[in-house]
Amino acid sequence: MTADMKLDLTPETANNGVNLEALKDEKITLEVEDLNLFYGEKQALHNINLQIPEKKVTAFIGPSGCGKSTLLRCFNRMNDLVDIARVEGAIKLNGNNIYGPDVNVADLRRNVGMVFQKPNPFPKSIYENVAYGLRLQGINKRSVLDEVVEWALKGAALWDEVKDRLDDNALGMSGGQQQRLVIARSIAVQPEVLLLDEPASALDPISTLKIEELIHDLKDQYTIVIVTHNMQQAARVSDYTAFMYMGDMVEFDKTDTIFTNPSKKKTEDYITGRYG
Amino acid sequence: MMEKGQFTKHISQQFNEELENVRQRVLTMGGLVEEQIEHSMDALSNLDPELSKEIIERDEKVNAYEVSIDEECTRILAKRQPAAGDLRLVVAIIKTITDLERIGDEAEKIARMANHIALSMDNVMPSKKQFGAVVHLGAHVKTMLHEALDAFARLDVEAALAVAQKEKTADKEYNAITRQLITYMMEDPRSISAALDVMWSARALERIGDHARNICEYVIYLVEGKDVRHVSLEEMQQLAQKK
Repeated sequence: MTADMKLDLTPETANNGVNLEALKDEKITLEVEDLNLFYGEKQALHNINLQIPEKKVTAFIGPSGCGKSTLLRCFNRMNDLVDIARVEGAIKLNGNNIYGPDVNVADLRRNVGMVFQKPNPFPKSIYENVAYGLRLQGINKRSVLDEVVEWALKGAALWDEVKDRLDDNALGMSGGQQQRLVIARSIAVQPEVLLLDEPASALDPISTLKIEELIHDLKDQYTIVIVTHNMQQAARVSDYTAFMYMGDMVEFDKTDTIFTNPSKKKTEDYITGRYG
Repeated sequence: MMEKGQFTKHISQQFNEELENVRQRVLTMGGLVEEQIEHSMDALSNLDPELSKEIIERDEKVNAYEVSIDEECTRILAKRQPAAGDLRLVVAIIKTITDLERIGDEAEKIARMANHIALSMDNVMPSKKQFGAVVHLGAHVKTMLHEALDAFARLDVEAALAVAQKEKTADKEYNAITRQLITYMMEDPRSISAALDVMWSARALERIGDHARNICEYVIYLVEGKDVRHVSLEEMQQLAQKK
């Protein structure tokens, strides 16, 4: 996978597989404009232009190191935490550049929630994990918290399994339950966008299906962007798919199109398991 | 867009072999069906009951191919979850073998007609001339099938389009045969029984032409990812050649 694959991905051709026409009936939540990202000297994202539709699931696929997680992390400025990372270009959330000078990053991250590959519940009770974001906002009234915790756990399809043991330590839950708990924690603060970075890659097949089912339910209320190594998962859960390779956005289109008739050979080679 | 030889480039060598194997078997099945058409034409023009019997028996083999290729495709879908061109190949194969099996049935039908005519010797026999027209139609649709399978093997959209064009000629020949047979039947009612058998044979051949065209449509779907069923020839051409 190599030199040959890099050949026709010159900057001139790199973006012509992005079919924004496919989004013409969608309301756009996030807009990526001429985004370049550098880790020190090394450029990790090349001139990305993309739109993320509202209340739909958009999947990023591509081989390891292609920049899909890096791009995902740009959506809530997680890359700010990396000292050597430098971002050029703009990402607009509902028209406002999140890299603008007067953006409160804490507010942004509340509005754009993120779930990671490994479930990372706090070493606290199940209840307190979900209530955490609200307490940060200064909401401590028990009746309000009770209501939100129940709502969020129901939203994350976890309520029935934990309603009788809300005071148990979250670390005693199974991996799949922990991941759904983390999703409950994210949605408790009612974000607009949910970023999922390989949310099911550390889970068994049944837990994976539960998470996928949950993603399907959540998209009624949230705009979801998911990074996954599992192409079949992308095919199952997403409405739109973006294929990235070596920091370039090679192709973006409806998921059905990407998986039945992609326009780029690189995409076809990747999703069908070939190296050119 | 598909490229020739692209089914052999998977990281999984086994997957390569599975796809190549099932593709080869479709072509083998196609070859067998071609033979069945050819033999059915011989059986009809020579009124050879022995040959008819062989064709009827050999249809079992065609059916067996259909079942086993179908099973193999199901297995590939379950095990490999093919995508894009691979997925279209499997889907195109599942559809193609259905049409091939039907063609086999039509050839068997012709063999039965030939047998029927041969065994009712008291009928007034159709003239060589009538058989001549039917055999000509037979050769035409057999060529269509051969070229359709060739287009499938070479992933050749142009060839598939060319074959689809030939269906018109098959329809024309079929209509001419029908008109001719009606004339004979009116002239001599004793010829009706045999003429009907010939007519059914011509009808079977015309259907074979339709099935060959279907296979061409699957080739275009396979290569271009475009569904060109139920459209006119002109639209088919436009769709297939639009990038």
